[in-house]
Amino acid sequence: MSHILSIQQLGKTYASGFEALKNVDLDIRRGEIFALLGPNGAGKTTLISIVCGIVNASAGRVLADGHDIAREFRAAREKIGLVPQELLTDAFESVWATVSFSRGLFGKPRDDAHIEKVLRELSLWDKRHEKIMALSGGMKRRVMIAKALSHEPKILFLDEPTAGVDVELRRDMWAMVRRLRDDGVTIILTTHYIEEAEEMADRIGVIHKGELILVEEKAALMAKLGRKQLTLHLQQPLNEVPQGLNGYTLELADDGHALVYTFDTQTEQTGIGALLRRLNELGVDFKSLQSSESSLEDIFVNLVRSRS
Amino acid sequence: MAASPMHFNIHGVRAIYRFEMARWFRTLLSSIASPVISTSLYFVVFGAAIGSRMGDIGGVPYGAFIIPGLVMLTLLTESISNAAFGIFMPKWSGTIYEVLSAPVSTAEIVIGYVGAAATKSVLLGCLILATARVFVPYGIEHPLWMLAFLVLTAVSFSLFGFIIGIWAESWEKLQIVPLMIVTPLAFLGGSFYSIEMLPGIWREIALFNPVVYLISGFRWSFYGVSDVGVGMSLAMIGIFLALCLGGITWIFRSGYKIKR
Repeated sequence: MSHILSIQQLGKTYASGFEALKNVDLDIRRGEIFALLGPNGAGKTTLISIVCGIVNASAGRVLADGHDIAREFRAAREKIGLVPQELLTDAFESVWATVSFSRGLFGKPRDDAHIEKVLRELSLWDKRHEKIMALSGGMKRRVMIAKALSHEPKILFLDEPTAGVDVELRRDMWAMVRRLRDDGVTIILTTHYIEEAEEMADRIGVIHKGELILVEEKAALMAKLGRKQLTLHLQQPLNEVPQGLNGYTLELADDGHALVYTFDTQTEQTGIGALLRRLNELGVDFKSLQSSESSLEDIFVNLVRSRS
Repeated sequence: MAASPMHFNIHGVRAIYRFEMARWFRTLLSSIASPVISTSLYFVVFGAAIGSRMGDIGGVPYGAFIIPGLVMLTLLTESISNAAFGIFMPKWSGTIYEVLSAPVSTAEIVIGYVGAAATKSVLLGCLILATARVFVPYGIEHPLWMLAFLVLTAVSFSLFGFIIGIWAESWEKLQIVPLMIVTPLAFLGGSFYSIEMLPGIWREIALFNPVVYLISGFRWSFYGVSDVGVGMSLAMIGIFLALCLGGITWIFRSGYKIKR
């Protein structure tokens, strides 16, 4: 089976009448890093919470490694680890006790060697005897990750993992995510830091107002929508794009003071050299030129804007 | 969410149980000292000071007569508060997400939390009995029945406390049922007197108090005397236990106050 997680026609309407998810269909491939992007309130956390068993779905079903999360909740849940967005920890427990507790809760027999490995990887080993309330926010975040990894999950959910996290922890977290992926763990992260998705993800899904509006390979998404533009600021304004430049995707901007050339970043031949020579031949002079690349952020903003 | 017959998450139950017991041991002084001290005070005031002027009740000296009632009083309040706090705390701090997302069934969650709360209550009950021995000599006529009443009451009221812990969304609500309902019922349930001593109509009214049956049955296991039949006492505990189990099943089926 190639899909480790299969979400089918999932819907959620809260008691207040708020429709948080609308007919979401999503298949997650085994071993991939999937980034779920969306603005606040888009339904990211609701989606995760349903898969993890914290929120009941109103419609649809979810299969985790082939197991229905409602009917075969044991088999489904023991494969899943969750790091929630908020720092939710006990105060008086020691780091070691709380991580061991999580392993037991998920039905795994005691394994001190595994707990030690997890704590070491997260730089928590030296703090293992400390009470959680004595730890800093960043350390508490690490404890929550350690808890989620304590039972060796096959699917790991990271809900806004780097929100409010310092640079060092963010870097550690990214390294850890890659390491986990190398070990065969499937990772689904939600984020509104687009650079995070751009840096980490194999595929990207965009969720907006409870609807999954796009799921795409990151590379394909960047290629499809990732356009580069070259803007030439002209000496003399033009009324129209000169006839001799018909073969190029050119537009006039800034009341004819600028000529904008849009090209594909993925192709070898961008055509810039030929265009500049052609402009020279036609006697179109320019003061300066500037290039820009649409980031995932632009893509995202455009997508969401076109929907609303 | 039904428990799979093929599998029982023993590690999960053990984890919850240990977690809850560890919480108790962390606050060992207040957990153990306060009921022991308050029971001792009851003995000093009711057993020695007032009791010396009281006659025997049903052939039992007053100091000994109040022992089963005192144990029940502590058992009820401690069972409820322990179990209520045990589940309220993760709900309040948000750490309940982990229990909800774990492969543990309703039954396993309840066994873990309620089992730990009931264990603490039974241990406290035994501790109070030992403390009482310092003040008053007494015997136990039916020790096995005594233990059965002790355990059944601890389990039933821990279940009740668990329901309160889920129902309460504030610290105030957490306190209100034990304080406003259970403590008065326990005091009026014949801890310090036989309901035979109540005047006419009040005796009939007292029979509506479920705690009367608990204390009466428990006292019978000590001294062989009771206000109501032992079978009746057991039936009442059984009904209460069944009601609590039904309530908990409904809570987890519907997700009441824990799942959205």
